[in-house]
Amino acid sequence: MVYSYFPGCTLRAKAKGFESSTLASCEVLGVCLEELEEWQCCGATFPLQIDNSFPLVSPTRTLASAKKAGRELVTLCSACLNVLKRTNHVIREDLDKREKVCAFIEEDYSGEVEVLHFLEILRDEIGFEALARKVVAPLSGLPVAAYYGCLLLRPPEEVGIDDPEAPKVLEDFLLALGCDPVDYPYKTECCGSYVVLQPGEPAMSPSRLVVESAKSRGAKVIVTSCPLCQFNLDYAQSGSVERGENAVPVVYFTQLLAAALGFGEEILQFDGHIVPPGLIFQSVGVGGCGGLT
Amino acid sequence: MKIGVFICHCGLNIGGVVDIPKVLEALSGYDSLGHVTDYRYMCSDPGQQLIKDAIRDKGLTGVVVAACSPAMHESTFRRTTEAASLNPFRCEMANIREQCSWPHRGEPEKATQKALEIIKASVEKVRKNQELSPLSIPVTRQALVIGGGIAGMQAALDIADAGYNVALVERLPYIGGHMAQLSETFPTLDCSQCILTPKSSEVGSHPNIDLFTNSEIHAISGYVGNFDVVIRRKAAYVNWDVCNGCGLCMEKCPVKTDSDFELRLAKTKAVSIAFPQAVPNRPVINSEVCRHFTQGKCGVCEKVCPVGAINFRQEDAIIDRKVGAVVVATGYDLHPKTRVGEYGYGVAKDVIDGLEFERLNSASGPTQGEIRRPSDGKIPKEVVFIQCVGSRDQENGYPYCSKICCMYTAKHARLYKHKVPDGQPYVFYMDIRAGGKGYEEFVQRATEEEGVLYLRGRVSRVFEEDGKIVVFGVDTLSNKKVEIHADMVVLATAIVPAHGQTELARLLKISTDEWGFLSEAHPKLRPVESLTRGIYIAGCAQAPKDIPDSVTQAGSAAAKVLALFSSDTLSHTPEVAVVDEEICRGCGLCVEVCAYDARTLDMRRNLAVVNEVLCEGCGACQVACPSGATCQRNMDTAQVMSMIDAVI
Repeated sequence: MVYSYFPGCTLRAKAKGFESSTLASCEVLGVCLEELEEWQCCGATFPLQIDNSFPLVSPTRTLASAKKAGRELVTLCSACLNVLKRTNHVIREDLDKREKVCAFIEEDYSGEVEVLHFLEILRDEIGFEALARKVVAPLSGLPVAAYYGCLLLRPPEEVGIDDPEAPKVLEDFLLALGCDPVDYPYKTECCGSYVVLQPGEPAMSPSRLVVESAKSRGAKVIVTSCPLCQFNLDYAQSGSVERGENAVPVVYFTQLLAAALGFGEEILQFDGHIVPPGLIFQSVGVGGCGGLT
Repeated sequence: MKIGVFICHCGLNIGGVVDIPKVLEALSGYDSLGHVTDYRYMCSDPGQQLIKDAIRDKGLTGVVVAACSPAMHESTFRRTTEAASLNPFRCEMANIREQCSWPHRGEPEKATQKALEIIKASVEKVRKNQELSPLSIPVTRQALVIGGGIAGMQAALDIADAGYNVALVERLPYIGGHMAQLSETFPTLDCSQCILTPKSSEVGSHPNIDLFTNSEIHAISGYVGNFDVVIRRKAAYVNWDVCNGCGLCMEKCPVKTDSDFELRLAKTKAVSIAFPQAVPNRPVINSEVCRHFTQGKCGVCEKVCPVGAINFRQEDAIIDRKVGAVVVATGYDLHPKTRVGEYGYGVAKDVIDGLEFERLNSASGPTQGEIRRPSDGKIPKEVVFIQCVGSRDQENGYPYCSKICCMYTAKHARLYKHKVPDGQPYVFYMDIRAGGKGYEEFVQRATEEEGVLYLRGRVSRVFEEDGKIVVFGVDTLSNKKVEIHADMVVLATAIVPAHGQTELARLLKISTDEWGFLSEAHPKLRPVESLTRGIYIAGCAQAPKDIPDSVTQAGSAAAKVLALFSSDTLSHTPEVAVVDEEICRGCGLCVEVCAYDARTLDMRRNLAVVNEVLCEGCGACQVACPSGATCQRNMDTAQVMSMIDAVI
C-alpha cells in the first residue's frame, strides 16, 4: 500500500509526535507514505469568501503535485484534510474557479486526486480487525475519549469521513487497540478553534466543556487528529496538574496506535504537553505501556 | 368523405396568437373539406351545436376540431359527434393550443403556419378513420382492500355497505393500524380506541367483508374489472376457526418478548393477542421466540388450550380471489430515528418518538396512561417535544412536511399538562401548520391557556447527563441559545411509506414518488386513482395525512369502486393495437416493448396477441413490429404517412 503523503506544517513544528508515531506504525502495518516532493502550507483554513480564489492557490498546487505522483493523497491533520478535500471539491465542481486557479499556478488540475485521512486507510484498507491482530501491547481497559472536533467530519458532503452527528470511526479504532472508548456528548462540539487566542474565560469555555464532559464520563486520555484541538484541550487544563486536580492528557490517535504496536517514548515524542501523558499511562497501570513513562 | 373543420379561438388562448382568418382562408381550397368554420369557445353549448348542425345539414362524415389537447376535450367533442349520429371515432382533435399557440406565443406567424399544418394532418387522419365501437369488458363486482388501518377499514365498509363483497387483507394479525395505538385524537381529544373499536368490530362481523389478517398479497394479475389475486395467509400456529380467544395460552406461555404493538415499551408472550380489543381476537405464535420452534420443547399452550386450537404444524395458506377493483391503503412507518444521531434516540432511553408517547399516554398502554419515562418509571417534570425530525429537512431527511406532527405535538403537550399539572412541556418548532377545522384553535389553547412553552427554533443536540436529558436549542424569536435539562424528549419523526410498499407497488404495477408514496393519477382532479385503471389509493400510502383526511380519501376511493361496480360491463376504447394474423410470425418484439403487459405470444399458434383491455394504444408495438403485422386502429401506417405528407 503506497500513498502520497502530505504532512503539513504543524507536523513539522508543534506536532512532531503525530508524524513520528504515524510513520513508525506505517512500517509495521505495511503502509508506505511517500512524502510529496513539493508541498506547501495548505492555508490552514478553507476560505469562506466566495469571490476570493487566492487562498485556493496553495492547496491546489499541492493537489496538482500529488496528481503527478499518481497516487491517493493521505494526510493526518484534520485541518489539512479539511482544506485539501474542500479545495478538491471546489476544483471539481466550480469550473470558473478551476480555470482561474489553474491558470495562475500554471498547472492542469481538475480534481483527479483522492484525498484521504489516515483513519480511512486504517478503517478501509487495513481494517480494524487486521489492525487488532497487529497489536502487541494492547491498551487494555484504558478509558479513552475520542474527540472529533469539526474539521474531520464537516461539511459531510465534502469532507465527511463518517456520520457527522454520530461518528464511530475513532471509537472503532480505539477498540482495535484494546482501549475502552468513552462515549460523551461533546465529542463533535467545537473546541473554540482560534478564538482561544482572545484573552479571557469565554474563549476557553468551549474546550473546557469538552474536557469536563470527557472527564465526567471517566476518560483518562483524550485522542484527536487535529493539532489545534490538541493544543486547545490541553491548554484549557493549564495549571490543573499543579493544583492537584484530575487532568487528562490529550494525545494524537496515532500516538496510542504506536504505543499499542510496541513503540516507546522516542517514537511517541510527547513534547510540550501541559498535562504530561506519560504520568497518566503510568498511573492507570496499562499493561503494555511501561515504556511510556 | 366530407370533412368539417371547426377552429376554436379558446378566447385569446389560440385566437390571440394564431391568425385564424388566415387559417380559414388557407383551408378553403383544401381537398374534400365539406365545411370550415371558427367559434370563440367551441366547447360551449352553442359551439357544440355548431358542430351538430353542420353534421346534419352538410352531411359531414368526418370532423376535425382544432382546439386544445385531446386529453382535455376529445371526449366532449366525440359525444357531440355521436349526438349528431356520426360515429364518434370519426372525430379527431387538432391540438393547436398546448402544442402551438401556448409555446409559440412570441412568434404568431410561425404559429399560424404550424396550426395550419396540424389541422391538415388531422384531416388526413380522419379521412382514413374507421367507424369503431367501444369494447365491452365484464366486471367482477368484488373488491380487494389492502391494508386494515382506518383508511382501509373505511373503504371496505363503504363498499361492503353498498352490497358488494370485499376482501380486506392486513399484514398484521389485527386491524386498526396505527390508530389502534393512539391514545386520544386531535382536535377533539376523543379516545382513539373508543371511535375505532366500533368500526373494527363492524368490519370483523360484516357479512360482505372477508377479513384476511396476518396475510399478505402474494401475487396479482389481470386488469380493471378482472384482477386475479393470490393472498398468502401466514401461519399463526393457532387454528382461528376453533380458537375462542380465551387467552389461556397467553397466560401460561413461559416466553416473554418485546411487544411490537407497545413499541417495545412492554413485554408480551410468544403466543399473544396484540391488545385486548384486537379484531379478530385471536392469538398468533411468534415462531422466532417460541420455545417449541427455537428449542423443540415446551408446548405448554398446546396442553392448556381447552379447544385444541394450537397447531404447530400449520402452514401458510394460499387463497385465490377474483376481484374487479383494488384499494391500496397500506399506511405509514416512522422515519428511522437512528439516522438522526444528534438526538440520541436509541442511546438515551428517555428519548422517544411520538407513537411511543401515545402508548405511554394510553389507558391500555404499558403505564396504564400515566406519563412515566421509560428508563426509571419516574414522572417527568420537564418534557421537550421536537418537531420536524426528518421532515422538511432536505439535507438529512425528507423535504416534505409530515403534516400531522404540529397537531399531535400540541395534543401531546396538552395531554401531558393535563396529567402532570406541575410539569413543563416545551415545544421546539419551525412554524406551526394547523390548517384544518378547529386545528388552529386547538394549538392556541396549548400556547395560551395550558402553559405549553413554544420555542421557535431547532435543536442541535440531545444527550443524557446525570439522569437528565440535556437539550441544546435556540429560540430564534428572542435570539437566545436555550439549554434545557429535561426528563424526557419526544421526537416528532417524519412519516415515511410503510415498509414493503415499494415492492407491493411493483406487484400492482402502480407508480410511486421518489420517497415511495403512491402516485395519484392527478394531484388535484384524480387524487384517489392510480394511473392503473381499477386500482385506487387511500390514506398515508399516498402522502402523510391525519385521520379525517384518511377517512375522506377512503370514502372517495370507495365511491370510485362503486361507480365501477355500477354496471356489470365496462367500456374500453377500441383504438388499440390489432395483429394481422396472416403476416405475424411470432417474433415477440412487441411483447418486449409493451409497457402495459398487453402483448403476449400464443405459443401454440406462434402468433402475437393483444389483450385489448390492457392496451393503452401507445403505438410502441406498431413501431417495433418488423413485418408490419401490428397496427393500431385508426392510427395505421398509411394514416401516419399521409399525415406526414400533409405537413411537409
